[in-house]
Amino acid sequence: MEHLKTFYRRKYLLWELVKKGVKLKYRRSYLGIFWSLLEPLLTTIILTVVFGTLFGNTTKSYPLYILCGRLMYTFFSAGTKSATRSIRSNAAMIKKVYVPKYLYPMSSILFNFVIFALSLIILVPLTIYCQVSFTYRWFYLFIPLILIILLTFGVGIILATIAVFFRDMEYLWDVSLMFIMYTAAIFYYPERLLKSGYAFLLNYNPLYCVISVFRACILGTGLSNELRNIIFAAGFSVVSIVVGTFVFYKKQNDFILHI
Amino acid sequence: MGKQTLIVDNVGMKFNLGSEKVDSLKDYFIKSLKREIKYDEFWALKDISFTLERGERLGILGLNGAGKSTLLKVIAGVFKPTEGTVTRKGRVVPLLELGAGFDRQYTGRENIYLYGAVLGYSKKYIDSKFDEIWEFSELGKFIDVPLGNYSSGMKSKLGFSIATATNPDILILDEVLSVGDAKFRKKSEKKIMSLMDNGTTVLFVSHSLEQVQRICNKAMILEHGTLVNIGGIEEVSKQYKEMIDK
Repeated sequence: MEHLKTFYRRKYLLWELVKKGVKLKYRRSYLGIFWSLLEPLLTTIILTVVFGTLFGNTTKSYPLYILCGRLMYTFFSAGTKSATRSIRSNAAMIKKVYVPKYLYPMSSILFNFVIFALSLIILVPLTIYCQVSFTYRWFYLFIPLILIILLTFGVGIILATIAVFFRDMEYLWDVSLMFIMYTAAIFYYPERLLKSGYAFLLNYNPLYCVISVFRACILGTGLSNELRNIIFAAGFSVVSIVVGTFVFYKKQNDFILHI
Repeated sequence: MGKQTLIVDNVGMKFNLGSEKVDSLKDYFIKSLKREIKYDEFWALKDISFTLERGERLGILGLNGAGKSTLLKVIAGVFKPTEGTVTRKGRVVPLLELGAGFDRQYTGRENIYLYGAVLGYSKKYIDSKFDEIWEFSELGKFIDVPLGNYSSGMKSKLGFSIATATNPDILILDEVLSVGDAKFRKKSEKKIMSLMDNGTTVLFVSHSLEQVQRICNKAMILEHGTLVNIGGIEEVSKQYKEMIDK
């Protein structure tokens, strides 16, 4: 209760920190916030050319398939990375003024979410381009979106705590992200891997599960086959949030001695 | 008057001085294998107790390393004390290092809102104080220039203006009245005085004994983290002088 009250009092600070992240991300670039649309579009074109044209993947919805994965992965990776660095990059402030420290990882994830939410707009023209029809399943998008933000927060707050004491975590995580990306079926279809003996790589990758749910909404295949993925991703997120909040809370008073 | 705004009860602050700083996994493994990680305990503060009432102005005297800044940080809530408790009533505004919460890429205007939010003000409140802050900071048209292009004096002036735009219940000043040029220094001292007339409790650290005498009505002496004496400004500053001259 006490915590909720301080959180409520600090909501303006949270808002300012989120705003700062969004504003500074594209400051001094000519296209500004427009990049959040352009960047996923351009990478989708490149990936489509490489994996579609050159590797002979000619399914019509393939570019949309890639874009879904790319968007979700980009948010997860940007969010967890900036959460990992959030305590150190706000060291100057932490050393001088008392502010509830969870605001730093939280705001860095939220500002990435704002940029991610904006970039979702690009899904609309690409759906039309790929001649995929819009179904009522778009309304279910809130499920994967909630899942991805919970997952990012849970993983992010654990990493943020570890990174204070072991700076190597930042680099270690960059490498781990690459592994997570390749096992999340972003630019290939998962069927072959699912049938092989390595299906666990996908099935136990929470990011893959969320992406799969997300695609089911956009591509209109429906959620009936996704129940397992929803439950796994939700369970993973909740556990990581509980663990992360616990270690963060236990260790936050020591942060200042290490930054 | 007579209302206690700050109660410092038996506060101690212990630091583990790692003989070598360990901040990477590799270091940690190597050093724990070689059993090189040992911690020397160091009490920067020990058994500090005192209370301040509304409107009291406490000067904290002591040589370098006496624990002055640590004490201020404990009171500001930046450090959590290893033992003991600090009870604060009302809003605490710390001026530990001016402009530490600023962002270089942000303009002066944006930084006023950001730093204001850090200090716990609402948007509406900052809106209403904006002109006052701007005027006091003497920034003029530089208000819309990114902070990276400011001189250090300009940054300090802006920090001071934001932090003092309100009536904090407890104001913590660490060597900050040496801000800016002589003119601004005079102005900021006047501003502090007017805050104090409104009942703000002040904790003040300065190496200038003369400045402490001018501003404070109480003083304390710290030595190696322990409280040597606390009392009226006359008596304590006399004792401090004798300590220095020894």
